[in-house]
Amino acid sequence: MDVEARLDAVYAPSEDIVARSIEGELIIVPLVAGIGDFEDELYSLNETGKAVWDRLDGKKSLKEVLAELSAEFDAPAGEIEKDLIGLVEELLRRRILVAVG
Amino acid sequence: MSDRETPYVLKVSSQKASLWKKEKPLVSHLDVELTERCNNNCLHCCIALPADDLVAKKRELSTGTVRDILTEAVSLGCLSVRFTGGEPLLREDFEELYLHARKTGLKVILFTNATLVTPAFAALLSRIPPLEEIEISVYGMHKNSYEAVTRTPGSFEASWRGIHLLLERKVPFVVKSALLPQNREDVEEFEAWAATVPWMDDFPSYSVFLDLHCRRNEMKNQTIRNLRPAPEEGVEFLARRKEKYLKEVGTFCSKFIGPPGDSLFACGAGLGGACVDAYGVVQPCMDLRHSQTLYDLRKGSLKEAVTHFFPEVRKIKARNRDYLSRCARCFLKGLCEQCPARSWAEHGTLDTPVDYYCEIAHTEARVLGLLQKDEKAWEVMDWKERIRDLSQIDHGQMQRRASWT
Repeated sequence: MDVEARLDAVYAPSEDIVARSIEGELIIVPLVAGIGDFEDELYSLNETGKAVWDRLDGKKSLKEVLAELSAEFDAPAGEIEKDLIGLVEELLRRRILVAVG
Repeated sequence: MSDRETPYVLKVSSQKASLWKKEKPLVSHLDVELTERCNNNCLHCCIALPADDLVAKKRELSTGTVRDILTEAVSLGCLSVRFTGGEPLLREDFEELYLHARKTGLKVILFTNATLVTPAFAALLSRIPPLEEIEISVYGMHKNSYEAVTRTPGSFEASWRGIHLLLERKVPFVVKSALLPQNREDVEEFEAWAATVPWMDDFPSYSVFLDLHCRRNEMKNQTIRNLRPAPEEGVEFLARRKEKYLKEVGTFCSKFIGPPGDSLFACGAGLGGACVDAYGVVQPCMDLRHSQTLYDLRKGSLKEAVTHFFPEVRKIKARNRDYLSRCARCFLKGLCEQCPARSWAEHGTLDTPVDYYCEIAHTEARVLGLLQKDEKAWEVMDWKERIRDLSQIDHGQMQRRASWT
């Protein structure tokens, strides 16, 4: 599986998970086997992760997401890029996120 | 919130009490009793109706209604549902309900006897895992003992076939049992086998002090009463690994001991969870079917039940004079299994002391060294001194204190 994130690519939540918002927490519940390291594992993202997740809608490229984050957090894109790529690659590796198209 | 953090993604377990940073959801767990029917006819069972009881089957919630209840629970923040029964796999729509639960983001706990597990169902569980271990009741290691309990020819082979299908597919499950005269001699063999089940990280649990029938069927209750061990016998079984028992019970007691006063609900019933029976009645606890504690879901909503009805139920105070003079003043409250559900099953009320559980709690207290022979816990004034440091107890010293007399 290709887990290298590209800025020109578009990503969306995988159909192998169910993402839920409960009491302000983003909870990612695996649907199929093999997502978690353990059978009962769920995932969550911190506030920054949630800001990224909300934008990974299968329409915007990662470059567009980066631009939006840069504007929202008033930080240079170069500073955000490493964390954005890191998060997306981890979500790809865990099959929580998939590339679209 | 997390037990294992990676740089960007937090892995969490819904078992953790600290899952929620802010408020807990209105319903974090839901029990759904899909049917009261069962394909076994266990001697000790506190619920089962015959599998072919068509009247009961007709009254059961429809597929759509169960789906709607699950969907509402999810909207209230629910993360896990327990499908129980009777035997939930008797429902022809079980697979559909299971998939609905999983696709709406629920973890599923399944209570089953495993007799109806098919290769196709095991494959489904392997592909779309429940995310919680299945709990399988195993009533004996041999056909004679097993079917002496289930009173159903062929159930032994069917259950072990189901268990092996789950093992082959690596579907996580744990096993448990009920301690009965019919399978008493199987205990060691059962525990030795259970230790080989990859997902068993402790000894299997047993139902030892059997609950009476949840619909108060007196004929059934006579059978159950005859199967119950004497308090000393049951406690001796529970405490057969004495150090482990003393540590677990001592730790538990140190947190949940002390006289409850006239508050009936010292437990968590109706707090953050709900139970739905096979016909659409919501209860704060699956065993509690007293009319004062039942909410008809067909005339309301799960949200209404948990936000308005359950809080009122939890305000109910004990009025029974015997309860007020004994249970309300008894410091063994956390040790004793007396509760509104048991009072209901035994006496049809919410607040009548159940002598059987009272004797069990007193026996356990003597084992823990909290009571002397013939002492009544509600007459003990210095109970705070007796329970002091129970959680940090020297178990060697405690073993020396512990007494069967």
